[in-house]
Amino acid sequence: MPRFLSLSRGAHGPRTTASRRVRRPSSVARGLAVALALLLTATASPAQTPADLPPASARGDVLIRNATVHTVTNGTLDNTDVLVRDGKIDDIGQGLSAPRGVEVVDATGMHLMPGIIDAHSHIALSSVNEATNPIVAEVQMRDALDPSDVSIYRALAGGTTTAHLMHGSANPVGGENETIKFRWGTLDPDGLLFEGAPRTIKFALGENPTRVHGQGRGIRPRTRMGIEQVYREAFTEAQMYRAEQEAAEREGRPLPPVNRRLETLADILSGDVLVHSHSYRADEILMLLGVLQDFGVDRVTFQHANEAYKVAPELAAAGASASVFSDWWSYKFEVYYSSAYNAAVLARNGVRTSINSDDAGMIRHLYHEAAKTQRYGGLTDDEALALITINPAYQLGIDDRVGSIEEGKDADLALFTAHPLSVYATVAKTYVDGIARFDAERDGDDQRLYVDPDDEILDTSALLVRHEDGCMILR
Amino acid sequence: MRSLLLLAALAVTLVGTASAQDPAYRYETGTYAITNARIETVTNGTIENGTVVIRDGAIEAVGAGVSAPADAVVIDATGHTVYPGLIDGGTRLGLAEIGAVAVTIDTDEIGDVTPQVEALTAVNPSSTHIPVTRVEGVTHAVTVPQGGLLPGTAALIHLVGYSPDQMFAGSRAIVVNFPQSGRRGRWDRRTDEAIAKATEEAMKKLNDVWDEAVAYARIDSARTASGSSAPMPYQPEAAALLPVLRGEMLLMVEANAAADIRAALEWIEDKNVRAVLTGAAEGWRLADEIAEAGVPVITGPVTGLPTRGSDRYSRAYENAALLHAAGVEVALRTNEAENVRNLPFQAGFAAAYGARHGFTREDALASVTIVPARILGVADRIGSIEVGKRASLFVATGDALEPSTQVTHLFIEGVRVPIDSRHIRLYEEYLDRTPALALPGESR
Repeated sequence: MPRFLSLSRGAHGPRTTASRRVRRPSSVARGLAVALALLLTATASPAQTPADLPPASARGDVLIRNATVHTVTNGTLDNTDVLVRDGKIDDIGQGLSAPRGVEVVDATGMHLMPGIIDAHSHIALSSVNEATNPIVAEVQMRDALDPSDVSIYRALAGGTTTAHLMHGSANPVGGENETIKFRWGTLDPDGLLFEGAPRTIKFALGENPTRVHGQGRGIRPRTRMGIEQVYREAFTEAQMYRAEQEAAEREGRPLPPVNRRLETLADILSGDVLVHSHSYRADEILMLLGVLQDFGVDRVTFQHANEAYKVAPELAAAGASASVFSDWWSYKFEVYYSSAYNAAVLARNGVRTSINSDDAGMIRHLYHEAAKTQRYGGLTDDEALALITINPAYQLGIDDRVGSIEEGKDADLALFTAHPLSVYATVAKTYVDGIARFDAERDGDDQRLYVDPDDEILDTSALLVRHEDGCMILR
Repeated sequence: MRSLLLLAALAVTLVGTASAQDPAYRYETGTYAITNARIETVTNGTIENGTVVIRDGAIEAVGAGVSAPADAVVIDATGHTVYPGLIDGGTRLGLAEIGAVAVTIDTDEIGDVTPQVEALTAVNPSSTHIPVTRVEGVTHAVTVPQGGLLPGTAALIHLVGYSPDQMFAGSRAIVVNFPQSGRRGRWDRRTDEAIAKATEEAMKKLNDVWDEAVAYARIDSARTASGSSAPMPYQPEAAALLPVLRGEMLLMVEANAAADIRAALEWIEDKNVRAVLTGAAEGWRLADEIAEAGVPVITGPVTGLPTRGSDRYSRAYENAALLHAAGVEVALRTNEAENVRNLPFQAGFAAAYGARHGFTREDALASVTIVPARILGVADRIGSIEVGKRASLFVATGDALEPSTQVTHLFIEGVRVPIDSRHIRLYEEYLDRTPALALPGESR
């Protein structure tokens, strides 16, 4: 249910990467916030309450000592310390000493990995689908952020720190998605924004858009043939729009009226907006790959992509990515010819692959979903962990900031009681920007930020496990 | 004619992938000896290095000192572990093929009171889900009709066979979806009065059906006692409930909200039937009461979300453990169709989060083997590695509950089942795809 409508964020013009950058508070304010956070930690009662949580702007300092550190990009380091200063990974090594006032966490026997990144989620959103037109490039998930969704806290309790909040799959071209960090505790939607993350947009192929528009509304697309033409027509129109803008500017004429839909489409063509396309069948994946190549778009991630394994060599050759389920299948016809070995086939064929949740339940155990690639295809620990860390980071264009344990990267970390690919592992602490936003020792009943009586209704229909891509939530 | 051709084309599409590559699964029967194995018997501890002998579909011998009979096919399981086949206490396996394609779903019959409809009738032995499930060590599943007050008769099946009867594994149960007293979800915008009235009506309906069945049972008893040959009235609903009334069949009572579980326990006591509580998502809220009532529980999915926004994040993970700690006999279910294969991982999660409540890995393994076998009344046949039991077991490279483990050999009812499924065949075809990027003679 909608709880928070979007807060005003000033001028609402077409966004550029620059205008999206969130201004960080002054270092003094940040220092105060951290001091406050430390004070609160020091005087913490066993169970936290939402009021204890540091503000979204807080950046933490901590020394995690003597852990097995899964860096993902540089192997696994035994008995290793990780020092976090001001929300960043400052040092990785053995026998590190804690600077004055920095909390020390004894992680002996525990495993530290990068915070898990979910490249496909619909939690923390008050609406998902603007299902009114085959193309809605002008809408933005940023306007629907709900920072009070308790799903964020539950995801943190499974080691997840970042999610790509996607528009639904009702339309061939959906809205712009939003990449967020789980800075649980804030009620300010902007507090969640992953500052500097590239813009991304949702595309959708196959059954969902043809059902919604062709079958439901009697307009194109009703077939996979029609979907291709929706893209070709839209991109051509965007090219003409941008050409007209440029000509007017060159010739000193007044600019044509701004059309936000075409602005975003033109930004896709210029590479400023990354395409993430809901897709299942191999043929439709090849179709979009061809369209994008014709229009000069060279970066795309195929979401779900249950049949991507069939076209792994083509995806690898095109440098395209895939973000898939570990084992969901058979919930609709276009996923009937799936294989749980999808991720392994893709990874072994050189396709940059991630495993996503698309689900408020599964986002809590993506480490386990990644582990299934060891049963289904025998991936190594590093290959399996990459599926939920550095690979989704790459797909979202944030791999310079997160996705591995390296000096200089954000201190988004998950501390597990056992090897994170073991079914017996649970999460002890999850850090975002060096702040423990989940701490099993301080967990308690009712961690909500916003109390909604509807939360107490037991939804028994949810107990019958019926998988469906979460993309078709019509709200 | 055209539509017939289309149907034929669709049928070819549906079976195409499997049949195009390999015409058949090869099943074998015979005498087998699994040697040098670690054996988790479940009921009699773990044998570190032993042999299991399978003959005539049954376990003939188990132990450290057992040697392979001369006529046995020997399977050397050095470094590997033998487990009893896993049993899922609640699924839609065989009844539901493609979720969004209504014509492939046989779970929900029309009508609120249809206890006489049999899940076993509609189990599709050729469902693609069946091989996909069993190759992960799940050999048995209860398949359950859904929807309405008395949706039908659930059946325990084993996952090999060419007909539903061949797959029947010896246990059936009448399903009751106990009336829900609360809202069913956020979308449920009925008034409190309307909900109370609906609950009352549903309870009345359930009790009326029950009373009719009791009357039917009296007529039947009187008829038997008097040696009358007069035919029984045609009351298929009451006739279906008859074995439950006589204690010959289990009643599966689905209740999830705490208030509904409490009401269901009272109802079960009042009717004095052999019952199992299913679902019990909020069982942890009244674990002591359930234990006191002596009613066993089949709960799951373990990886479900907590039922309420105010609940601790781990409540669903811990539910089985908290019930177990109170003294309740607990089995697990996935409540799944196509992904029943996740049952071992569900058990693993119950152990991971149950450890703090004293629920061990061994307890978790029991909750998907011997405990459901006991609840379903088939513990004399399955659920552990014991002499005389049916040979439903598998060999795995390590801990059966760990994702990194591989299942290497599988026996169901003594039949040696290949480790093969459509998922595996697609993997083998596409891992190193031929032709790769270009067809022979084609330039790109």
